Amino acid sequence: MLELRSVSKHFGGIVATDEVTLEVEPGEVHALIGPNGAGKSTLIAQIAGDLGSDRGAILFEGADITQATQHERVRAGLSRSYQITSIFGRFSVVDNLALAVQARSGSSFSFWRPVSAEAALFEEARSIAGEIGLAGRETASAATLAHGEQRALEVGLALATRPKLVLLDEPMAGMGPEESQRMIELIGRIRARVTVLLVEHDMDAVFRLADRISVLVSGRIIASGTPAAIRAHAEVKRAYLGEEAGV
Amino acid sequence: MSWVLILEQTLNGLQFGLMLFLLAAGLTLVFGIMDMINLAHGSLYMLGAFLAAALVQATGSFALGVLLAIPATAVLGMLLEMSVLRTLYARDHLSQVLATFALILILNEAVRIVWGSDLPLTMPAALSGPVQLLPGMFYPAYRLLIIGVGAAVAGLLYVLVARTRIGMLVRAGASNREMALAMGVNIRRLFTLLFGVGAGLCAVAGALLGPLLAVQVGMGENILILAFVVIVVGGIGSIRGALAGAVLVGLVDTIGRAFLPILFGLFFQPRVASAAGPAIASVLAYLLMVVVLYFRPQGLFPARG
Amino acid sequence: MRGAATWAVLAMALAFPLAMQAEHQTYYLSFASRIFIYALAATSLNLILGYGGMISFGHAAFVGTGAYVSSIFIVEGITSAWIGWPAAVAASALAALAIGAVSLRTRGVYFIMITLAFAQMMFFLVNSMKAYGGDEGLSLRERASTGLGIDLGSDTVFYYVALALLAAGLYALHRLAHSRFGRVVQAIRENEARAEAIGFPVYRYKLACFVLAGAAGGLAGVLLASHGKYVNPNVLHWTQSGTLMVMVILGGVGRLWGGVVGAAALLGLEDLISNHRIEWVAALLPNYQQHANLGVGAVLLAIVLFAPQGIAGVLAGRRRA
Repeated sequence: MLELRSVSKHFGGIVATDEVTLEVEPGEVHALIGPNGAGKSTLIAQIAGDLGSDRGAILFEGADITQATQHERVRAGLSRSYQITSIFGRFSVVDNLALAVQARSGSSFSFWRPVSAEAALFEEARSIAGEIGLAGRETASAATLAHGEQRALEVGLALATRPKLVLLDEPMAGMGPEESQRMIELIGRIRARVTVLLVEHDMDAVFRLADRISVLVSGRIIASGTPAAIRAHAEVKRAYLGEEAGV
Repeated sequence: MSWVLILEQTLNGLQFGLMLFLLAAGLTLVFGIMDMINLAHGSLYMLGAFLAAALVQATGSFALGVLLAIPATAVLGMLLEMSVLRTLYARDHLSQVLATFALILILNEAVRIVWGSDLPLTMPAALSGPVQLLPGMFYPAYRLLIIGVGAAVAGLLYVLVARTRIGMLVRAGASNREMALAMGVNIRRLFTLLFGVGAGLCAVAGALLGPLLAVQVGMGENILILAFVVIVVGGIGSIRGALAGAVLVGLVDTIGRAFLPILFGLFFQPRVASAAGPAIASVLAYLLMVVVLYFRPQGLFPARG
Repeated sequence: MRGAATWAVLAMALAFPLAMQAEHQTYYLSFASRIFIYALAATSLNLILGYGGMISFGHAAFVGTGAYVSSIFIVEGITSAWIGWPAAVAASALAALAIGAVSLRTRGVYFIMITLAFAQMMFFLVNSMKAYGGDEGLSLRERASTGLGIDLGSDTVFYYVALALLAAGLYALHRLAHSRFGRVVQAIRENEARAEAIGFPVYRYKLACFVLAGAAGGLAGVLLASHGKYVNPNVLHWTQSGTLMVMVILGGVGRLWGGVVGAAALLGLEDLISNHRIEWVAALLPNYQQHANLGVGAVLLAIVLFAPQGIAGVLAGRRRA
């Protein structure tokens, strides 16, 4: 579904992503792991369109989207969540999600009719709120949510665009064990209808959820395969998992 | 159109550019390091001019009046920084724009109350005559003085910024504010000092340009926009950029105003040329900025790599 | 302002000229019209500044375009308001399209600077139009004619026309703010990056917003020139943009009545200082009334430092508490 060919990005003298070649199959949960500073967030940004690529090609469902703008990629079915929570703080939870639903349902160059009249929009927003575990917090202003709730909304926004593939950038960032567990369950629920490329540091979550894992070190993919294969991979153990020989 | 005229206008452009640099230098550092848009910078220029005019009248000496106006304006600038401007560093750009715009209104009226709408400031008699630069070419001595002072200050600033410890802190702050703060530099005092220096530079420009452009309320606003154009063209936070941008803007503006109408007259009918020529000449500096922003949005010599 | 308050204000505004005529105070009729005009201009800026979060320092360019184009039509002999006024508004919209298309490619301070630069360009261009007054400005012999029996030459009629257009503009803004478009624009102000990331072509929405605001500003400009039967390049000066911004922040950024409250407050304040002598202040400073701007500046500074929500914001906060 998603294919990266020699995708590269450098900032001045620093090479952030280096000839990254990767494939994400439809329906799978594909995890992207690597040490801090490996270039994971840069790669996600390149795939989603926040950043342009210096070299290489990005193909989504066979079509070349390397030059496509971010909103065009979202329209094509590719959306992302952010590592650092980026939501609409002064909007309520339901309004946040309704925005994303609005984005993909018809033109928003409508200047007269009040949005509140569009019941379908808000119904869908409420159902997504329920799915991400924010059913009781619909009218709360997004800025007042607890950290874990905000991370859930973060993912919810990406899901509300009804993507075919969603890029989750460290959805569990800063979460405690209980919240992480809920996020793992959420990803478990959505995997049936959406392909997931998951960037995470939480190895427990990664090995429980992932169908396949790719390892990014210093901007290069050093290994890609099933969780068992990655666990046994010598170079991965050396570069990333450290001296935990028993892992 | 003789080469004498061309040379003369080029020197005029250089002179204007160097004075713009004095304004732009302070502005670009405040913006680059403190990330603050200070619209009242032009008011410091005006204050410098008025103080110089008043002090020249009081002391009877041009040199003394101008020299005293510089520290006086610097002190006023630092007082302004410590009282009002400091609270704006943490605020968003819109608040800074509005607050400093309010300062313009206040300072304009304050000057009007103290001194009236304008003050006379004439260049010293000794410098009011022409100097022969080349056979057949004469140039006003006073303008040469401006060029000299401007170049000297530019050189002094270069030494200060590139060779001293304070300069190093300033450059560090311009290229990475968070790092400078993390280094534990006494940022507050540095900012205040920086502001004072910027105000002093404004005073030099205001005092020197006073005899040429007239010392009047509102003189700050006109030149402020050009100063912003300079720092955008040159690159925000960069002294080198401010110099390059200032000289470029000064030359483009001066030479454009002098020769564009003539150029237009060669190609277009007189009625069109006499209307379009001056019109377009007056916006050349802005067009330059638009072009630079389009092709190189970070400016010609950006401070941040 | 809730429904009842709105109707009360409207009723007062409608009755105002009758009261003034009874008192023979035609000066205030003209003053009120001026407030309506600036309220419309400030409201149009509020759309892009308050709702859209775009700090444009060049809005005076659109007000000025409307003022000049409508005046030029009259000077050239085309006195019908049905031709001149829509043409002026269209010209302002076009100017906003051109300036916005380029400026909105930039962000932050660069956006401020480039809008400022474009406004200054227009100022200088208009200043050098000798055929239409140049720096001395353009005087109009008469106001436009409507041919419908609505005599714009009468101050009372003009008052009602200005009021009607302001009311229409406010209602349009109200509908816009609650529409799909309004939501997107406000979302962009809140978090532009995320708006793009959920699939909105942000640039297009900002540009559309910019053009709408430019058109409304142009309409205000038309009324401005018509009201005083005079226009000069200062209408386009960047300090005029600043004045409009002052009105918006004074009244309340992003609030429906922000432009109206701000314009009324600022113009009211200026009028108060200039025309109503306060003896104890005069004792300190004899001709303080000529320095009204000092008071304005001080008030603005105080608002920015201590009450950034503006007057409307403070009132709304108090009602909630």
